[in-house]
Amino acid sequence: MSVGIHIHHAVKKYGNLTVIPDLSVDIQNGELFTLLGPSGCGKTTLLRMIAGFNSIEGGDFFFDEKRINDIDPGKRNIGMVFQNYAIFPHLSVRKNVAFGLKNRKLPKATIQKETQDFLKLVKIEEYADRMPERLSGGQQQRVALARALVIRPDVLLMDEPLSNLDAKLRVEMRTVIKNIQRDVGITTVYVTHDQEEAMAISDRIAVMNSGQIQHIGMPKDIYQRPANLFVATFIGKSNVLEGDLKREEDGWVVTFENGYRVLAHTVDPNLAQEGTVLISIRPEELLLHAAGKEGEGIRARIDDSVFLGLNTHYFVTLETGEKAEIIQESQIDSILPPGSEIWLTVNVDKFNVFGKEDQKSMMRGIRNQMEAVSK
Amino acid sequence: MSKSRKKMDLWNWVSVLLLLLFLIFFIYPCVRLMWEAFYTEEAGFTLDAFVKFFSKSYYFSTILNSFKVSIAVMALAMVLGVPFSYFFTFYRLKGRRVLFVLALLCTMSAPFIGAYSWIMLLGRSGIITKFLEGLGIEIGSIYGFGGILLVQSLKLFPLVMIYMNGAFQDIDNSLMEASANLGCSGVKRFFKVVMGLTMPTILAAALIVFMRAFADFGTPAIIGEGYKTFPVLIYDSFLSEVGADYNFASAVSVLAIILTGLVFLLQKFATSRFKFTINSLHPIQKKEAKGLSGVLMHLYCYVLIAVAMLPQFYIVIDSFRDYKGQVAQATYSLSNYQNAVRKLLGRSVTNTLVISVLSLAVIIVIAVLIAYLVVRRSSPLNHTIDTISMLPYIMPGAVIGISLIIAFSGQYFSLVGTMAIMVIALAIRRMPYTSRSATATMMQIPLSTEEASISLGASKLKTFVTITIPQMSSGIISGAILSFVSIVTEMSSGIFLYNNRTITLTLSTYSAITLGSYGTASAFATVTTLVTVVCLVLYLICTRGSERMSV
Repeated sequence: MSVGIHIHHAVKKYGNLTVIPDLSVDIQNGELFTLLGPSGCGKTTLLRMIAGFNSIEGGDFFFDEKRINDIDPGKRNIGMVFQNYAIFPHLSVRKNVAFGLKNRKLPKATIQKETQDFLKLVKIEEYADRMPERLSGGQQQRVALARALVIRPDVLLMDEPLSNLDAKLRVEMRTVIKNIQRDVGITTVYVTHDQEEAMAISDRIAVMNSGQIQHIGMPKDIYQRPANLFVATFIGKSNVLEGDLKREEDGWVVTFENGYRVLAHTVDPNLAQEGTVLISIRPEELLLHAAGKEGEGIRARIDDSVFLGLNTHYFVTLETGEKAEIIQESQIDSILPPGSEIWLTVNVDKFNVFGKEDQKSMMRGIRNQMEAVSK
Repeated sequence: MSKSRKKMDLWNWVSVLLLLLFLIFFIYPCVRLMWEAFYTEEAGFTLDAFVKFFSKSYYFSTILNSFKVSIAVMALAMVLGVPFSYFFTFYRLKGRRVLFVLALLCTMSAPFIGAYSWIMLLGRSGIITKFLEGLGIEIGSIYGFGGILLVQSLKLFPLVMIYMNGAFQDIDNSLMEASANLGCSGVKRFFKVVMGLTMPTILAAALIVFMRAFADFGTPAIIGEGYKTFPVLIYDSFLSEVGADYNFASAVSVLAIILTGLVFLLQKFATSRFKFTINSLHPIQKKEAKGLSGVLMHLYCYVLIAVAMLPQFYIVIDSFRDYKGQVAQATYSLSNYQNAVRKLLGRSVTNTLVISVLSLAVIIVIAVLIAYLVVRRSSPLNHTIDTISMLPYIMPGAVIGISLIIAFSGQYFSLVGTMAIMVIALAIRRMPYTSRSATATMMQIPLSTEEASISLGASKLKTFVTITIPQMSSGIISGAILSFVSIVTEMSSGIFLYNNRTITLTLSTYSAITLGSYGTASAFATVTTLVTVVCLVLYLICTRGSERMSV
């Protein structure tokens, strides 16, 4: 039976070093929940606290109503997929998958049937009697998944499961994982540092930094309305420019350093404060115009360009001296050469404004479920 | 990282038990040895034994002798072994499997059998000596420094090869190509690049050769004659006609430990200057050994192995030769074996097997436990146990033998003359080697397989037995077989500890040599070699012929 996971005020210390000061999160039954963050942010530590391999220095961990802090790792009924898969090298694929069932002392026939079913589910039954060393990385990954799921765990934990695979296989396997997770309907906590992978696979994402959750939400919410500057820069690319925010007659106005003014109708009046702000603009939110048809905007000079087929990336220096990256759908005519003078406008619907001091978002429509954590 | 670490769990008890075992059977004897070196009934605390040692050049020269011969052996074994391994690893030599197996056989044979056989070949009445005398050629004496150097170098150079094979195979081929690309190849590359890349292993091999040569009792005892070394001095003073001089033997033992300890530290210091890791993605591509250099390489390897194997072959042939007294006859029969059977061959074989199997079992169990404790339960206590288990590395077998006798010959708790004391001595002797390789194997095992097992509901004990140990087994088994061979051919500690009931094959061989029953000695030696060959075959089957091994 799949369960919800509720973590209240978790604390993790290694000696005097506090890795996670105070962390609370509610993970809903049946969702694929991703812990995303740079290395050392505490995401794997948190996962291993849920699994029981790391001690818990404070707070409470619940599976539904059941407090699991003091339950042995083996009794938590967790399926775990490790970064290096942790396939037992001395056991065949079938024996690897059956290992957990055997520990549960189930009847032989049940073990056999369940093992077979899950080998089929992950599409590995033809290799059932091979030794693991004769499997590719992707196949080992499937074995690890089958082995974790066959015991019908309450929760599936996955620790960077795709990081050892090559790029192509990574994309393939994340679809496999997503589909199997949805079919089985099991609550899954997924750890990764790859934001694209997180976006592709997750129902919800918690972005972590320095042992604290920065933002919890659906991939789209996190990408479009990040709760703070860290999230804005960690998820996808962002150009961060300095500017000034001021309340005027027709609304809130952002003034860039060169005097370019835009009406920021997306700013939330309840959050906005006048003064210096940081404006995060994604490369595709900077609109590039050829020199000549000058209008209001920021002038820039192209330093370099990269042609990637679908898109062309331009690296530019703004007239304010700031550097920025622009992504433009590739045009059929030639790429602008370095040194070209251009001017830029911003997509006012999409850009985000943050306070310079607290780096918190001032935008309307932020969906952050951090505050929604119960109790 | 488990939560239950704070509680006294099973593994804490294992630590305590291991510490107790080491305290009783290793530390206590060492302390008694020290005590004995500085204290006598008559004089109380005294430095008499040390004064005696340093004031007479007869005693004092044994240090110099041991050092001189060990360093010479080390140098010669390196000079022979490193090129051998280089040719072996970098070129496709013809019959390389045969070379490899024969080299293993050389280094695994009982240490003094070579000495005994070389005497029969090149000694005063050796067959080669006689033959050359007939041609009017005088060869120098094989006894003394030269003989020890010859015997030990030929026995120990394959050990260098085993070490170097691993190191050479770890060199990434692209480093060789990069070097050639930058204009450094051939012999120049060997000295400038290859030697540098393998320096840690070169030093490790040099150390082990030194230690083995330094600690060897059998070779200098048989072929050294007037050229007395440390272990022989310890043996003589311990078992002299005028009664055992425990005080003096202990003092010499303490000096021996101090000296080997210093050499060990010196080597560690030298090695610390070569700390790097090679990321070996592209294994060495073996080249064809063509042309003149190819012929020379083959010649070098085959002649070397042939010379090293010569004593082994000769012993086997000699064991079938009839003897009248000490004089070999031209006829062949099984009479030597019949004599050997009368001289407790059966008991020797049984004892050898029983003692070796028991020692090996003790060693493996303890080494596996130590490896687990050190790698998975890192704590000051467990590191102390690990360090203690490594200490015997610097102790010559004779010293371990003598310390056990001193410690366990009391009225209340006497083990002298039992099989137990021999098992203990052998277990202590081989512990550093097995414990090292078990720890290295353990480090290769990802923690996550154990965590996976636990999260799949297996208990800690079950995880250790069904997941951890099977993953260690390949490393342990190959190491264990090699340990088994060294235990079978061990003599330097046993010589102090055996009696008629606990005599083993090597000790029977040695006593037959000292009694002048040469044919019988050859028979015993041949049986010992047979046991070695069987083990070697087992080893090769287990490792599927891998040319890497840990010794």
